[in-house]
This record gives sequence, structure tokens and C-alpha cells, in this order.
Amino acid sequence: MDGLLAQAFVYLTAAVIAVPIAKRLGLGSVLGYLIAGMIIGPDVLGFVGSEGQDVLHFAEFGVVLMLFVIGLELEPALLWRLRGPILGMGGLQVTISTALITGGAIAFGLPWNEALAVGMILALSSTAIVLQTLGEKGQLETSGGRSAFSVLLFQDIAVIPMLALLPLLGSGVHTVDAADAGHAESASLLAGLPGWVQTLAVLGAVAVIVVGGRYALRPVLRAIARTRSREVFTAMALALVIGIALLMQLVGLSPALGTFLAGVVLATSEYRHELETNIDPFKGLLLGLFFLAVGASIDFELIADQAGVIFGIAGGVMLLKFLVLLALARGFRLAGDPALLFAFALPQMGEFAFVLFSFATQEGVLGAAIVDPLVAAAAISMAVTPLLLLVNDRLIRPRFGTKERGQRPMDSMTGHAPVLIAGFGVFGATIGRLLRAKNVDTTVLDYDSDRVDLLRELGLEVYYGDATRHDLLDVAGARDATLLVVAMPDPDSTLKVVRTARKHFPDLRIFARAFDWSDAHVLRDEGVEAVYRQSLDTALRAGRDALRILGFRAYQAQRATRTFLRHEEESLDAIAGMEGKDRSAFVSTARARIADLERILRLELEDSGVDRDRGWDPESLRDEFGSDESTAGREAADEGEATGAGGTTGGGEADHIR
Amino acid sequence: MARVLIVFAHPALEKSRVHRRLVAATPRDERVTFHDLYQEYPAFDILVEREQELLLEHDVIVLQHPLYWYSGPPLLKEWFDLVLEHGWAYGSEGDALEGKVMLQAISAGGQASAYCEEGYNRYTIRQYLRPFEGTARLCGMRYLPPWVVFGTHRLDGPDIDAWADAWARTVTWLADEGWGDIEPDPDSLLVEGAGECAPWPIAGIDERLEPNAVPTESGSGDGGGG
Repeated sequence: MDGLLAQAFVYLTAAVIAVPIAKRLGLGSVLGYLIAGMIIGPDVLGFVGSEGQDVLHFAEFGVVLMLFVIGLELEPALLWRLRGPILGMGGLQVTISTALITGGAIAFGLPWNEALAVGMILALSSTAIVLQTLGEKGQLETSGGRSAFSVLLFQDIAVIPMLALLPLLGSGVHTVDAADAGHAESASLLAGLPGWVQTLAVLGAVAVIVVGGRYALRPVLRAIARTRSREVFTAMALALVIGIALLMQLVGLSPALGTFLAGVVLATSEYRHELETNIDPFKGLLLGLFFLAVGASIDFELIADQAGVIFGIAGGVMLLKFLVLLALARGFRLAGDPALLFAFALPQMGEFAFVLFSFATQEGVLGAAIVDPLVAAAAISMAVTPLLLLVNDRLIRPRFGTKERGQRPMDSMTGHAPVLIAGFGVFGATIGRLLRAKNVDTTVLDYDSDRVDLLRELGLEVYYGDATRHDLLDVAGARDATLLVVAMPDPDSTLKVVRTARKHFPDLRIFARAFDWSDAHVLRDEGVEAVYRQSLDTALRAGRDALRILGFRAYQAQRATRTFLRHEEESLDAIAGMEGKDRSAFVSTARARIADLERILRLELEDSGVDRDRGWDPESLRDEFGSDESTAGREAADEGEATGAGGTTGGGEADHIR
Repeated sequence: MARVLIVFAHPALEKSRVHRRLVAATPRDERVTFHDLYQEYPAFDILVEREQELLLEHDVIVLQHPLYWYSGPPLLKEWFDLVLEHGWAYGSEGDALEGKVMLQAISAGGQASAYCEEGYNRYTIRQYLRPFEGTARLCGMRYLPPWVVFGTHRLDGPDIDAWADAWARTVTWLADEGWGDIEPDPDSLLVEGAGECAPWPIAGIDERLEPNAVPTESGSGDGGGG
């Protein structure tokens, strides 16, 4: 197959076919991608040839994006709380697994330096497969999932010293063919410089990310947000991540680690949700591509030739790592479900194996005869991981696991306020302030970056973002909220938010501000629970005060206003009911608006019963009892006087009776 | 069988101790309609026609409210003023409510013993409730001996539970048997509140309506209710 488009078509089609099937079968998307990759790979259909390796390298960027998104969801405080598991469990996992695998390799006759290289590389697990699979199952937030995450994070850090150590293990036995070795991390410009310069550069790069992320980035994001151009913001988000990845490569750090750090720094910023929403689709696509490429890279011919060796390595290494993980789980007081999840999640070899093996080959540490079966074993182990987790879920855990008590999800990342307010102009802000006064938490989404800044300075939970996008609503917690208040600045965006919310979150109750009568209809038809017409209440208040100035008693004017308001709403309902579905076709036309207005006026004339409080009206009592002196009459007259208080104490008739 | 309408008026149910429990204990079936005035008309814009329809559909009208300044909360009074229209509820042509029964179910902060001539409040609870009684009579309704929880400030959890239980039995009893032809003493209460001024028992009424626990006797009290 030739050409970028043709390739893209093959990959996308494979994903579109395989992933839904895999998900339907309960296998999860990762397995779907892997199987699709194998099928389009060179050994089955042959749609993808040797360029699969290049695609793999390109798609590794998906891992970088994933760690950025994970960083965005991890507030620094939470990361600090995880420092124990990261250093303790992560450190021990890498050291012990390395030692054991090295020992095994020596036992099989490898020289110690080659054995150590193999041990280090195989000790690492696959961040991409594990996090994607656990995330899909919602297991990342359990204690087992979080421990797995901690270990993976440590492994990302551990790659740095490994890259430094591997060249030192070179014995010069293996011939070096740099061109063949691909583009590994060795691109570092600093490779030739003395150690202290390299160290300084690394520290400098980290400082750039932390300080820049905290102080320089926000004004830049704000300036871009102010352009209100969504694709520029997306471009900025991507440029940011790619820039950091490049910087990291320059100083020889793992790009994933750098973007993770940047994510954490930005986790407390108002642009968190928006960045996440923008990066997410790219992350998903690239990760999918990565899994496809892993599947396609599995060399069935090689496996068939050396089946015993390769499956032996894969099985042996996984068993070894599995046992180490179980022991660690016990050591760190994980038991039952979390321990099983932790141990089943991490025994595979990871994508770092591909990178590091090619690097080691390039440095002359390992020869192709050793590396090829190892790479095949790594790919197999990755492919097997989702299956292992499935087996754990379906077969092992139900029998041997214990339920985890008091699961503490990472909920600090998305505060689940009961009320979402979309649009924080005067209307939305007034609602927000009222709710706040009664200690009701709200999450606010607004698309005006200046306002977002101001409100955040006042200490409000406001996020910059486009509420018409369902993914942003999701990130903001629409799934768990009770109520969405739509207070967008114009009818179009209001309708968009309402439709999006109705479609993706059918349980969410919706209040919406409408701009005119016709608009209110449409919103009602869309299933909005309560529609608030812009300026209806203020107009009525002004009307009420006008009545007062003209001599009406304040309470009468007030009651007339209330009655009028109720009448308005009833007519709205009545018309909405009458029209049914016909009206939606021409609802936004001028004709419909005029017809509606006409209808309101007519209803108004037909029933102008604004003053219906007959209980306070002594007229009928005077008619009945005014001249009669019977007993019943007297009692009732008393009653009449009591109820018709205005008649005796309210002053002249003219100023209150109509 | 009788259809019971509970017209409930409490401006701050969230702060209530007694009524919240009474409301929770009220049996909900097709014979009992619970109608929460402050929830329906927070802006006092009572829908007269709707209220009149409700009244017509029921046989027993229960007014449930705390006693505020020896009377009901303001929305209840507004409800009387607007709903019981001349020519509908009273007057030569007003007979819509004739033959129905009215029961008042109230809570009072003061102890039962405070409501008598020598007591702190000087008058009996029946005397304070005369305007309600008179309204019922003018509309041709029978006014039942009121159901009163006294001394609400001193009630604790188990006491209130017992009252809630008694209230549930009272409502069930009204729905099952209506009122019948019982002619109670004009100064009686429907259940005993442990005060000398409240004669008990009323001939013909079952003792099963009485709460298990009754509040202890004490001297102080005022017009505020629970």
C-alpha cells in the first residue's frame, strides 16, 4: 500500500471495524486494536509492511499525550501523596525485577553485561496498555490501579538512568549499524558534554516546565482564548505538548515524563478542562495507532521459527514479574482485589522495550539474534495483558478477591458539584451567587477568558471552556450533576448546549434562559424542564411599579403581576401543546414569531382576569346583607368586614379598587 | 370511608421538629391528600379555583399547622380569606362545604397545663381556636375537637415518634370511619395532652388514638409552636 492517505485509511478502517466488535465482546478497545493490527500486519493481510515500525515510533507520541492528560487530572497535592508508592513500590519493582531477569539471563548463558541490559529493559511495563485498559474499566481510581500507576510513573523516570547506563555496558562484540538502529533517544544534543553540564541542563528543563507552566503559560493561554477561535486553542495545546516533548528529548529525558510534569503544573489552572478536551481526541487516535502498530509488528514468521524460545521468554518473564508484584503488593499492604489487579496489570514488557532494544543494538550492547526474539516476546506480552486483566476480572477475582472497601476515587480532579452553570454572564452569575449563599457548590463553564480570570481571582470555581461540547460537559461532571443551568449569551448556543446535554446526559435536569417567546417554545420542545424568559420578570417588576405610581395599592399591583406571570406561563404551555410537532419546521421563521405574538395578545384580551381576588371583595356581601338585619346576616356581615378589610381601612375606593 | 384533605401550612418545615415527623408518618393512600400550602404558593398567589376543587373532592378537611401567636401561619389565613368565598362557602347561596368535617391538627410550644384560666396563657386552646371553629360553623362544617401536640420545645425523639405514630393512626381512623355522629364535649380535645384543662376521654372515641408517651407536665409556655 502506498501513500499516506491509503495507510491512514487502512489503519482507521481496521480500528473502526475491530474496536466496536471487541468492545461488544467485552474485550476492551486495546485488545481490539491489537487484533486489528495483527490482521492488517505483514503476516496476515499484508496491508501494512515494514513501515509498521515507523508508525510505531510515531504513535508512541500517543503515550506522551496520555501522560499529559493524566497529569492534568492529577493535582500536585495528590501527586505528593503518592510519593511513597512511586518511590517505594516503583523503585523496588524495577530493582528486583531487573535483578531476577538478569540472573535468569546469565543462567541461560548470556554474559553479565548483556544480561543486565536485558534485565533492565524487560523489567519495564507498558504504560500505554495498562493505563488505557484500566482507565476503560474505571479501575484506575482504585487503590490497586493507583499503585500500578505509581509504578509506571517510576519506570518512566527510571528510563533516564538506563539510557545513560546502556552505552557503558557495550563490550564491542556486536557490530554497530547506526542507520539501521532507528532513531532512539540518543538524539540528545548533550551526549558529548561533561556530566555536570548534562545535569544542569536536565534541571534547567524541569525548571522551565514548572516555572513556565505556572507563570508564563497562563497569560499565553488567556491571550489565545481571547481570540475565541477553537482551533487556535487546539493548535496551542498540541504545540505545547510537542514543544515539551522536544525539550525533553534535547536534554535526554523521557518526553512522557516532561509532559506529565507539565500536565500536573496545569492541573490547577482554569484551562485544565479545555486543554484536556482538546488533547483527548489526538491522544485517543495516536494511542489506537500505537496499539495497531504493536499488533502489526508481531512477526509471526519469527515466532513460528522460534516458538519455544519466544513463548518461553514471554511466559517466564511475566511469571517472574507477576510474582515480584504480588510480593510487593503484600509488602505494601495491598490485599484481595487491589493486590490481584496490581499484579495482573504490570507483568508485561512495555513499549520502552522497543526503544531501548534498538538503542542497545545501536550502542553495540546486544546483537540482533538476541534482540529479535525478545522484541517478539515483548509484543506478545503486551497483547496478552488485556486478556490477563479480563481473566482476572471474570474468573480469578470473583473467586479469590475481596471487595475493596471505601474506594477513594481521584475525585479531587473533577469536583462533582450538583449544579453546572453554562455561561457566567450577569444571569448565570446571579444564580451562582444565590446558590453559593446557600452553600450549594457549582461548576461554572464560561467562554470569556477575561471574565474567567476575574472570577477565579474572586475565588470561584470557574473553568474556561465551550459548554456546547459534550466532552467538556462530561469532564466538568455532567454525569453526576443534578442540574444544568444554561445561561449562554445567545439563543443558538443555548439551544446547542441544551441539545448536547439532552443527548448525552438524559438524566440531567435542565433550566434554561430564553430570549423571546419563540425561543422559549423551542427550548420547551427540546425537553428543558424550566424556561426563564429574559427580562420577563424585570419587565413585570417595572410594570408593577408603574401601577403603584398610578395609584394602585402595592399589594394589589404585586398580586396582579404574579397572576400575569402565571398566565404567561400557562399560555406558553398551551401553545406548546397545541402546536405539537408541526411547529418545529418553521419555528425560527419570522412568521412564526409574529403568529406567536398575535396569539399572546389575543389570549390576553380573552382573559384579562388579573384581579380575581373576590374573597376580598365586599360587593356581593353588601348585596346580600347590606339592608337585612337577620341573625345570619349579622354574622356574615362581621365576616364580610373582616375579609373586606380594604373597605373600611384602605382609604378611598379610587386608589385601590378596579 | 372518607376522603381526607390535609391542608398543611408551615413556613419553615426545614426547621420543624414535630411537623416534619408528623408529615413523614402521614399515611399516603388514595383516600388521603396531602396539600402543602407553602410549597404550592411560596409567593402567596393562591389559585382559588384549584383550592375550591380540592375542597369539593374531600369529606374531611384537616388544617395542620404550628400555632403561631395563638393562630395559624399567615398563608393559612390568606387561604381562608381567598378560598372561602362568599356565595360559595357561605352566604345564602354558599353551601359548597356543607356537611363536611374540619379537624385542626396543631402543635403548641406551651405545655397543656398553661392553657387554662389559671395557667400562663389564661385561655384554653379551644378558646384560642374559636375563629377557626366559627369559620367551620359558618360554612356548615362540623368542627371536631382539635388534635394538639403541646410543649413541643420539651419533646425529645421518642416522644415525637409516639406523637407521629398517634397522628398516623388518627388519619387512618378518619379515612376509615369518617367522624360518624359523635357529639363531643365542646371543650374537649381529640387526644389528651396531659393537662387538667383537657377533659378525656371523649365518649365514643377509641383510646387507640392516644400517643404511647405523653409529655411531662410543666408550667411555662408561650404562643410559639413547633
